Amino acid sequence: MITTGRIVRLAEHDRAGVHFFFDGQIRRALEGDTVLTAMLASGHALRMSEFGPEPRAGFCLMGACQDCWVWQEEGPRLRACTTLIAEGMRLRTTPPENWP
Amino acid sequence: MSEAPSTRIAIVGAGPAGIRAAAALVDAGLHPVVIDEGQRAGGQIYRRPPDGFVRTPEHLYGSEAAKARALHAVFDRLAADGRLTHCTGSSVIAVQAGRLHVLGEGGVQMIFYDRLILATGASDRVAPVPGWQSAGVYSLGAAQIALKAQGVALGRRIVLMGSGPLLSLVGAQLVKAGADVAAVLDTSPWDQQMRGLWKLAARPFVALRGLALRARLGGRYHAGVSLEKIEADGQGVTAMRWRDAGGRQRLTPCDTIGMGWHLRAETHLADLAGCAFTYDEQWRQWLPMTDRMGRAGNGVYLAGDGVRLLGADGAEIAGRLAASACLADLGFPAPSTAVDLRELARLERFAHGLACAFPWPAAMVRALPDAAIACRCENVTAGEVRQSLDFGGGEANRVKSLSRVGMGRCQGRYCQLAAVELAAAHAGCTPDAVGRFRGQAPARPAPVDAFLRKG
Repeated sequence: MITTGRIVRLAEHDRAGVHFFFDGQIRRALEGDTVLTAMLASGHALRMSEFGPEPRAGFCLMGACQDCWVWQEEGPRLRACTTLIAEGMRLRTTPPENWP
Repeated sequence: MSEAPSTRIAIVGAGPAGIRAAAALVDAGLHPVVIDEGQRAGGQIYRRPPDGFVRTPEHLYGSEAAKARALHAVFDRLAADGRLTHCTGSSVIAVQAGRLHVLGEGGVQMIFYDRLILATGASDRVAPVPGWQSAGVYSLGAAQIALKAQGVALGRRIVLMGSGPLLSLVGAQLVKAGADVAAVLDTSPWDQQMRGLWKLAARPFVALRGLALRARLGGRYHAGVSLEKIEADGQGVTAMRWRDAGGRQRLTPCDTIGMGWHLRAETHLADLAGCAFTYDEQWRQWLPMTDRMGRAGNGVYLAGDGVRLLGADGAEIAGRLAASACLADLGFPAPSTAVDLRELARLERFAHGLACAFPWPAAMVRALPDAAIACRCENVTAGEVRQSLDFGGGEANRVKSLSRVGMGRCQGRYCQLAAVELAAAHAGCTPDAVGRFRGQAPARPAPVDAFLRKG
C-alpha cells in the first residue's frame, strides 16, 4: 500500500488526524486539509481525464479551473480544492460502478 | 440623502477590493451583502488558512503582513458587529438585472440588489506548453496557495516557469519554506525586463523587493528561456525540457511545474452583468470598461484586479473608489477621493512597467505545435483550433463553437487568450480583431439538485 503521494508537508504538522477512504483504501489526513491536499498527500491523481489518457491532479487551487472535481462513492462529485476533508469521506478517482 | 439606508448593495468578492468597498459603505450607514467563495475573508493574496493552523501573518504574508492583518481585522469586526452580511462559500453563477443567482451549501438562492460592486480579482494568465495537461502541472498561484493555505509543497521537485512578479515571489517563498525548487524559468529576456525598469521606479521599494527575492533564487533563476516540452509518464510530470538564453538545450528532472505569466482579470460576472469590454494592448486581454472610479453603468461598479491589474494595494484603493462612486450616485455624501486617485495613477505607471518587463509570450503561443493541447479541460489541440478557422473564419465565438476550445469546465478562463492568439496568427490578424468568448451562465458548475433545493 503506497501512502506517500505527490504533496510534501512543510508546515502545520500538529493537527488532529482524519481518516477517509481513497479508492476503497483507508488513508489518513489532517484536520484542515482540503480534499485535494488529503488525496495528493497519499496519492498522485484526483481523477482521470475524460478526454485523454492522463490522470489529473488539479491546476489552479482557487476554484476557477474546475479541474479537481472528484467522485464520491455515494455519487455526487465535489471540488477538491475548496472542500475540507471530513472523517469517513469515501473518495474515488473514477466514477462509482453503479453510476448510471 | 435621496434613498433610505435600506438600499441593497451586493459586493462579490471579499479580497482587498471587496473588503475596502464594504468598509466604506458601512461607514456611510449602509449594510452591504458580501458574497465570497472563501470560508474566510481575505481573497487570494491575503488568503487565510483554515481554523487550527498556527503560522502567523508575518510568516504567511512577509512584508505585506500588516496590510493583511488590517484587512482581516476590519472585515471580521464588521461581520461580528452585524454591520454587513457575509455569504461564505458562495458562488455567484448568474447575474440578471437586479438579481444574483448564488450557489451555496443549501442550493441556489436569489440575492436582490440595487447596486452591484464586482471585486472578483484575477487568476494566473497561463499559456499552453506542450504537455501542460499532465498531472503535476499547476498555476503559479496554486503553488502559492498550497503553501500559504495548506502548508504544503505541491511536489518533491518543482520547476516554476512563466514571467511576472509572482514567478520570483513564489520561488523565493517555496525555497524559504524548505521546498526543492529545481529551476525558475523566465521567458522574458534581460533586455526586455530593462525596458520596463524605468516605469517600475514609480514604486522603488517594491521594485527593489522584487530584485531581492530574485537574488534569493541564485543560480536557479534563468531569464530569456524558451519552453519546449513538459515530459510526463502515466503518473504525471517527469521533467521540463527548455533552452537557455544562449539556445542550449536543457532537461530539468522534476515532478511538479508551476506556470503563469502575470495575471488575467476575472471578468465573467462583469460580462454577465452586461459591462462593455475593450481590448487592452498593454495587458493583451479584454477588460471591462469603467470610469476612473469604477463605474460600469446600470448600477454596476468594478474594483480591483478584475478590471485593472494593479495588485493588492491598487485593489484596496479601487474598492474605496467604487464605494465612493456608489455612494455619490445614491446621493450620499461621499468621502474625498483625490488622494486615492493620485495613488492609483502611480500604481498604474508601475503596472505598465510590469506589463512591459514581463510580457505575454505571444510568439511562443503562436508557434505551439499542432499536436499540443490548447484547452486542457477537453484536450482540444492547437491544430484543431487552427483547423476551425478554415470552416468558420477568424472570429472567437465561431472558433469556440467549432473546436470546443473554451467550452470545457473552466469556461475558457485558462485557454481563451491562447486560443485567440492561435486564431489571430492563423488568420493573419491581431488578437483584438478575433474578439472574445461570450461569457455564459452558470459561471461555476452547478449540480441540478442545487436548483431543486430551496436555498
